[in-house]
Amino acid sequence: MNSFGFSINKDNVIDYENNDRSLAEIVLAREPSLYRCIQCGSCTGACSAGAFTDYNFRKMHLLMRRGEIRLLQQSVDKCMLCGKCQLVCPRGINTRNVIRQIRLALLKLN
Amino acid sequence: MMEEKKHIAIIGGGPAGLESAENLFDLGYKVTIIELSDSLGGKLNNWHRLFPDRRLSKEILNHLKNKLNRNIQIFYNSTVIKTTRKEDKFFIELNNSSSLECDAVLLTVGFDLFNASIKEEYGYGIYDNVITSADLEYLFHANKPLLTKQGKTPEKVAFIHCVGSRDEKVGNIYCSSVCCVTGVKQAMEVKQLLPHSEILMFYMDIRMYGRFYEDLYLEAQEKYHVQFIRGRLSETAENIDGSLILKADDTLAGCPIKVNADLVVLLVGYVPSKYCSSLSKMLHIKCEKDGFFAPCDTHTDRNFTGSPGIFIAGACTGPKNLEATLADARSASITIHKYLLHVPVLEQINKVG
Repeated sequence: MNSFGFSINKDNVIDYENNDRSLAEIVLAREPSLYRCIQCGSCTGACSAGAFTDYNFRKMHLLMRRGEIRLLQQSVDKCMLCGKCQLVCPRGINTRNVIRQIRLALLKLN
Repeated sequence: MMEEKKHIAIIGGGPAGLESAENLFDLGYKVTIIELSDSLGGKLNNWHRLFPDRRLSKEILNHLKNKLNRNIQIFYNSTVIKTTRKEDKFFIELNNSSSLECDAVLLTVGFDLFNASIKEEYGYGIYDNVITSADLEYLFHANKPLLTKQGKTPEKVAFIHCVGSRDEKVGNIYCSSVCCVTGVKQAMEVKQLLPHSEILMFYMDIRMYGRFYEDLYLEAQEKYHVQFIRGRLSETAENIDGSLILKADDTLAGCPIKVNADLVVLLVGYVPSKYCSSLSKMLHIKCEKDGFFAPCDTHTDRNFTGSPGIFIAGACTGPKNLEATLADARSASITIHKYLLHVPVLEQINKVG
């Protein structure tokens, strides 16, 4: 077959129905305080890891809720569990347990 | 023979108290205001200009005071220390050994401002150039120059939304509802005073729910070039020159942001007046979980406490702007009027489902 130099990219849209949101469901069931998130970003603003890497707890959590989990593993490993995010969260989310539950769920998934 | 006029005691001489006093007096009642301080008007005295139209607060204050009839009795520097109920009458004793007997009590004790130093990571009371919206309004009101503690004209001013509101960490999960518009109003006023300054607003959600508030938001963007950054402030640190470093997540940009500011203004929210708790114990009336007075029914009976003869109005039942406070005070006046005329109270609304 001739190659014309074209390829098919995955489109840039969050495919809400076809994405796998089961991981988010597991994490939310085990740490329901996460339902309270209002995406204010206090966690990320305070984050020690986020100051030096592209680690972003708020965004990682949001993408997980949308079923965009391709980069989740590599993202969640950057957290050092210092807990500053938990200190500043205005909704009282147990963010450290969220990280722990994501790691556990990913272990199971793999 | 003419029946003796029924007597209503109003506890709190702020906007709600004054508006109700005038209305109840006009309806033919004897009215007494019990005021904590030595002047009327409450927190309206601390405002320079009001949102959304930026009219002088003095205009409203004078209007409320001037229409008050001279036959309305006012006790200044007074707090209630004891109340006794005897059938349909209340006997109220004050701290200055005065006392009065009345047929109904209206509580208009207002609110307190959140103590910003509780939110330590924002640096109020720690860093020189962190002030509150109330401090800024005072500077406007006193016509004082807007300078940093070091005497410099600020080039960059940051406003922080939701300080003491929507924050489980300080125990206040409710929205104070007026800080968004206060911040936008003050941002524009700062820009008018210092046309070369840059203004940043750190917000979680902009809640411009009132009439013409959205116009103010638009004007702030279009005319005053105020920068809105969607992210809640995480922490403040101080530079050696007294300016501040702010750290937040710029949520819409998707990465953390670090900004320097010469002056930081914390938009402090409402907390229940300390008199909500003491009066609720004294009069055996209910407060909500958040500490504001609880109405009998939020939709249909918002000025009645559920205890016959005791009514509530204004910001003591939850954060309100001035318009809502005055409307609530008028609504309370009618509720009290009907109570004193013995208009039968409707059965409590049946809960469906």
